[in-house]
Amino acid sequence: MDRILFGDNQFFAVNHMSEEKARAQAMKFRDTKAIIDVLDIAYDLGIKTFMCTTHDRISEVCDHIRAHPGRYEDFKIYPCMPYAHKYANAVSQIGVVGTLKKFAPGSMLGAAFRGGMAAAKQDFVGLMRLLVDAEMKMFHGINTEVIFLQNIVTDLLLGLGMKEFFTAFASHIKEKYNAEAGFITMNMPHLLNVLEECGIENPIICSNVNKIGFRMCGGIETYEKIIREKKFRPIAMSVLASGAISPGEALEYVCGLKNIESIVFGASSRGHIKETRDLIEELTHS
Amino acid sequence: MAMIRAGIVGLGKMGLSHCAIVNAHPDVDLVAVCDTSKLMLGAIDKYAGIQCFNDYRAMIDQSHPDCLIIATPSSSHAEISRYAMERNIHLFVEKPFCLRLEDGRELVELAVRHDLVNQVGYHNRFIGVFQETKRLLERGIIGDVYHILGEAYGQVVVKEKAATWRSSKTEGGGCLYDYAAHVIDLMNYFVGPPDQVAGTVLKKIYSKDVDDAVYSTLLYKNGKSAQLSVNWSDETYRKMSTQVEILGKRGKIIADRQECKVYLNEDNGVENMVGGWNMFYTTGLTEPVWFYLRGEEYSAQVDYFIRCIKEGRKDNINSFASALHTDIVIDLLQKDSVREK
Repeated sequence: MDRILFGDNQFFAVNHMSEEKARAQAMKFRDTKAIIDVLDIAYDLGIKTFMCTTHDRISEVCDHIRAHPGRYEDFKIYPCMPYAHKYANAVSQIGVVGTLKKFAPGSMLGAAFRGGMAAAKQDFVGLMRLLVDAEMKMFHGINTEVIFLQNIVTDLLLGLGMKEFFTAFASHIKEKYNAEAGFITMNMPHLLNVLEECGIENPIICSNVNKIGFRMCGGIETYEKIIREKKFRPIAMSVLASGAISPGEALEYVCGLKNIESIVFGASSRGHIKETRDLIEELTHS
Repeated sequence: MAMIRAGIVGLGKMGLSHCAIVNAHPDVDLVAVCDTSKLMLGAIDKYAGIQCFNDYRAMIDQSHPDCLIIATPSSSHAEISRYAMERNIHLFVEKPFCLRLEDGRELVELAVRHDLVNQVGYHNRFIGVFQETKRLLERGIIGDVYHILGEAYGQVVVKEKAATWRSSKTEGGGCLYDYAAHVIDLMNYFVGPPDQVAGTVLKKIYSKDVDDAVYSTLLYKNGKSAQLSVNWSDETYRKMSTQVEILGKRGKIIADRQECKVYLNEDNGVENMVGGWNMFYTTGLTEPVWFYLRGEEYSAQVDYFIRCIKEGRKDNINSFASALHTDIVIDLLQKDSVREK
């Protein structure tokens, strides 16, 4: 994985600190062209991996990438699935089963879950594979060497103790997409334990890593110890804690944790992207 | 101390989320779940290894939980709660509490009689920013409060179509019972319940049977007033956004999930705030939780419920009595909207 990954929160009105800022971002990026312009800036500054949620609008970005192969020769996307609010809003409206029916392709759900079928024969893992494939459709022809499970799903499965899905997700990603599975979580120490139990070796785990311990469940000291001692490939996100920490201070902390493999950040202007890139490069090599 | 034995009835969006949070709690043994969906029970039974029931009575009688989380459609809250409390089971019930006030009153009384912990899932009261807002109001930081604006917007129903119990009024569906209940409860938390309501509009936008928006004016005994503006059919909001603006004679507070903005007419030395704007963010106001799923508040409210059981506390936050006040305001709004027509 590259040292720096470019995130997408800024494009989809996600700001953990301010709803006002989130709305301003939504207006700024109402055209997909505006998103592509920022991706171009990042790409030209050498940031060639875009880690993004499987939001409907990303399919337009993918169309653009495919249409200009020369321009984006080294471009990679790390998809993060699913786009949770798409499902969450559907669940509120039509229920959990209704949502699965809506998003599972074709008549699969009907075929696998016909009334009266014994629970043991119900193929939930097969259903998960189909949902993954549905989310992956928009990325055909694009280099997606790591494919992530979003934290809402990772942590739901983690809480429920449904470990088999982690193993099944990882092997499906490997077999069908020749890619590696990644897991986004707010509960990194707990998740790493479970992934080790599942026999997933050297897993890629993306979690909050920031100086103030914001949304680092299990505590900042535990995170630091695990990053220091355990074998896995940590990606740090939310390093600025949505702006609660200044960039210099934030990146000095994260770059000081030597085993962090990659840092994901999002920004909207050339100035901010360049500043962050320069800081990470400088602190990584110092 | 022994592990607390918990059961969950209803595995919809909230029930499933509670299931993961409770199952991850170090002091809790999730002994059973109950739902009517074979698909859902099939998945839980097969992959989570939790005992499953399709009848809550059988679940209670056979698995003997110490406490129960009820996350079924609101119309069944009273019946299930009654059955559980008669068997001395502590209860956490999803919001809104009860659709009929007489049921709510009876449950409040039953909880007292059986000496049980009783909590309703108004998770906003566990959000750091709102807790800080409450603390500042109690300190009188903005002086006498004279007006409040409570708002929530989101995009639950943005197309015309018939659907689940949330689109059925008799089941407790609609924006009033869902989004607006949260805002009303939050306003009650900050300034207490209103005395009367006026000019209530329960507006259908896309739904056929239920309201998609709620607009009203709330009036309080001491001359305070409030406006309620809630709409779950507003596509410009990515997810539910709740905001409260509280105006006092010495300043005002604007609070949402992420930030608390306090404007003061003059410096306040005690709170170390300046005249003009003072900003506080969730990053500095949120207590860490042991397991995070969708927001610290969801974990915090469950942890609080479990602690109340362990410590034998009955004066709890979001008690049945407190949630009944919210039900009463909902009832006032419904009656007023009919009058307004």
